[in-house]
Amino acid sequence: MAGAATPAAAAAQPPVAERIWRRFSPAQRLARFSVYLVIVAAIAASVQSVEVIPEFLADAPEQVVDLLTRMWPADWAHYPDTVHDALIETLHIATLGTLLSLVLAMPVGILAAHNLVPSTPVNLIAKLILVSSRSVNSLVWALLFVGIFGPGALAGTLAIAFRSIGFVGKLFGEALEEAQRGPIEALTAAGAPWMSRMTYGYWPQVSPAFWSIALFRWDINVRESAVLGLVGAGGIGMVLDSALNLFQWPRVAVVLIAIFAVVVVAEVVVTQVRRRVI
Amino acid sequence: MLTLKHLSKSYVAGTPVLTDVNLDIDARGITAIIGASGTGKSTLIRCINLLVEPTAGEILFEGADLARLSGKALRRARRHIGMVFQEYNLVERLSVMENLLSGRLGYVSAWRAWRRKFPPDDIRRAYELLDVVGLTGFANQRADALSGGQRQRVGIARAVMQEPTLLLADEPTSSLDPKTSVEIMELLTEVGRSRGIPVLVNMHDVELARRFADRIIGMGDGRIVFDGPAAALDDATLTTIYGGKGWLH
Amino acid sequence: MSSPAVAALPADPFRRSPWPRVAMVALVIYVIYACAQLEVSWARVEIGLENAGRFFARLFPPNFSRWELLVKGLQESLQIAVLASTLGIVLALPIGLCAARNLMPSWATWPARFIIVSARSFHPVIVAILFVKAVGFGALAGILALTLASIGFIGKLFTEAIEEISDKEVEAIRATGASFASVLAFGVLPQVFSRFIGFATYQLDSNLRNSTMVGIVGAGGVGGTLFAAFQRFDYDYVCAILISIITLIMIGEVLATGVRAIFIGNATLSDVFRRGGAHRREMHLEDD
Repeated sequence: MAGAATPAAAAAQPPVAERIWRRFSPAQRLARFSVYLVIVAAIAASVQSVEVIPEFLADAPEQVVDLLTRMWPADWAHYPDTVHDALIETLHIATLGTLLSLVLAMPVGILAAHNLVPSTPVNLIAKLILVSSRSVNSLVWALLFVGIFGPGALAGTLAIAFRSIGFVGKLFGEALEEAQRGPIEALTAAGAPWMSRMTYGYWPQVSPAFWSIALFRWDINVRESAVLGLVGAGGIGMVLDSALNLFQWPRVAVVLIAIFAVVVVAEVVVTQVRRRVI
Repeated sequence: MLTLKHLSKSYVAGTPVLTDVNLDIDARGITAIIGASGTGKSTLIRCINLLVEPTAGEILFEGADLARLSGKALRRARRHIGMVFQEYNLVERLSVMENLLSGRLGYVSAWRAWRRKFPPDDIRRAYELLDVVGLTGFANQRADALSGGQRQRVGIARAVMQEPTLLLADEPTSSLDPKTSVEIMELLTEVGRSRGIPVLVNMHDVELARRFADRIIGMGDGRIVFDGPAAALDDATLTTIYGGKGWLH
Repeated sequence: MSSPAVAALPADPFRRSPWPRVAMVALVIYVIYACAQLEVSWARVEIGLENAGRFFARLFPPNFSRWELLVKGLQESLQIAVLASTLGIVLALPIGLCAARNLMPSWATWPARFIIVSARSFHPVIVAILFVKAVGFGALAGILALTLASIGFIGKLFTEAIEEISDKEVEAIRATGASFASVLAFGVLPQVFSRFIGFATYQLDSNLRNSTMVGIVGAGGVGGTLFAAFQRFDYDYVCAILISIITLIMIGEVLATGVRAIFIGNATLSDVFRRGGAHRREMHLEDD
């Protein structure tokens, strides 16, 4: 009978009428309750102290509609003279930044994978690099690189690359750690050196994951690179910034539509490539 | 008890799965529906509680035509029809107790269900049923930690929790090994007989059907081709139901 | 193996498809072309590297002397993140549910999908700029922008999670005569709950990161302080702000891990403190 496999000792069960059913143990309920309490307290504290002027909030829908009416009709003539070039520059920033991040992230990802580099301190340092890369937003990275290299696409490309290292390196490291041991052990047994184990043992296993991560990140980077110009790091964001500063709303509309179109196209490209190649 | 009149169903227009099924189920006893795969056994069972909507015909149950019901009236009728599924269909991430209590959902408001505030009577009955199906002590196990046989026991207990006046079972043993299949059929018939609930079960194992059913209905090509006591099921009838002869003996 | 089969083997067993090599060459050509387009040259990089030395020297030691302004900024960022996450999640749940094609008719899924797609189409910073223009400088613009971003992200993932659930479990609950709300509570929610907690905590993390940045465009939070410090070349203060932001984000990640342990792993508080991040379910959905 099934009763034989009973985990919670069946023999010790009290009569039916005395059994009490609870979904969670008291300690589990306490834990959940504490989280609820913290959430409610955080919301209450935020609502109370945040500096929001209620009139502005009430006014918001009207203002948004007003903004949209000022944007329309869009200034299409603006597209060929400046927007187009800036858009292409944005795509270059996203693509070059992604490629650079792949080059930089691969060694860090390898150092973070415990089965490849069996040294915990090295793994931790590599992971720290990855976490810092992700914690600093791409706009902040852009500010840093504008400070170093001056305004322009170079700063933007580096910002995209450094922001992406954490993402690519983390996922790549995880893919490496999940790799099947069998083929690698076979190569080790055959006396293959480290480099051969990498190229013939690991790479064939992780390359689909690697290209899929790269594509995924490229898609994200196309979106990200569109805003870098706001801090002077090149691309379409600079055109947006100047149009905003001059209150040229119809031009803003053109830029926004262009960004939207490019983001949609990037997403379609990524889905298609993923379906066909990977 | 349950009467099906001229029941027909076609998923794609022009290719009927069920054609003009007429059937009377008595207030007690085990009725087995047998037939080859794809002859509409499952569709027939699912039509009864309208998990599949019939294309035409009547389903008379407790004085109403279920085929015409919808919304609240349909939900009220469904409460009285317990159902056991081939793949158990337990909510995997919920505990055994929560799965049993889900049989009471037709009677408890959504708000109480959400907070798991079920009447003490329901919980007491659930514990009794766990003892009946041999799963004492399993109340807080998650359903995905159980074996196939144990899951089907929970499935039966959940159906009985509804206090149904009719139990449907859609291939309840097809995913189980032969020994467990017999145990599950024993449990199902025992539960049905002791509580006076008629059981309508479809299965493709002729031997199990012979062993447990009082009445057997043979289906072929969407129609009823045999209807009689288990003893009357002979090789000639089986040949008309399943076709061919080579598989016998 | 018989001899005809041996004869059929290619002459060079290591010969591969030529396409990877062609793709590599194309990639290299593209990189050279794009670098030329962006006017990226080794000379510029060299000048930059010289600058970098001076730049990093000025970052250290971090200067915490104006900590009051810093704390005020961080506080506002936190408020923005908390309120935007709350509003975003509360709004995203019904919208995401309406967008699920396996539960809802198409007249409900289309508008819901439209909302989700439009909320996702722009970077939160761009949305923040527009809200700053619409409702003025300050936290409100940041809250609205990040709320919209949260609706897009959580709405999309929640919809996908619901569309991937097992119909069988839902069918069984429906067969008991349960109402739609009860079917949601017992058939749908248990199947998507752990994933929902996963991306809700992820979104809180993500909103925290973004809330430290929307200030760059005037939408409140510590980002404004950061941007101002950059523009004044106040690099030691910049360093102090960056350290604080990274610390805040890491604390946020630890808290999120704890919440996931409690709600997904049914952990107790002492489990959480003892194991720290032992129950970790990493998610592959970084999108900020």
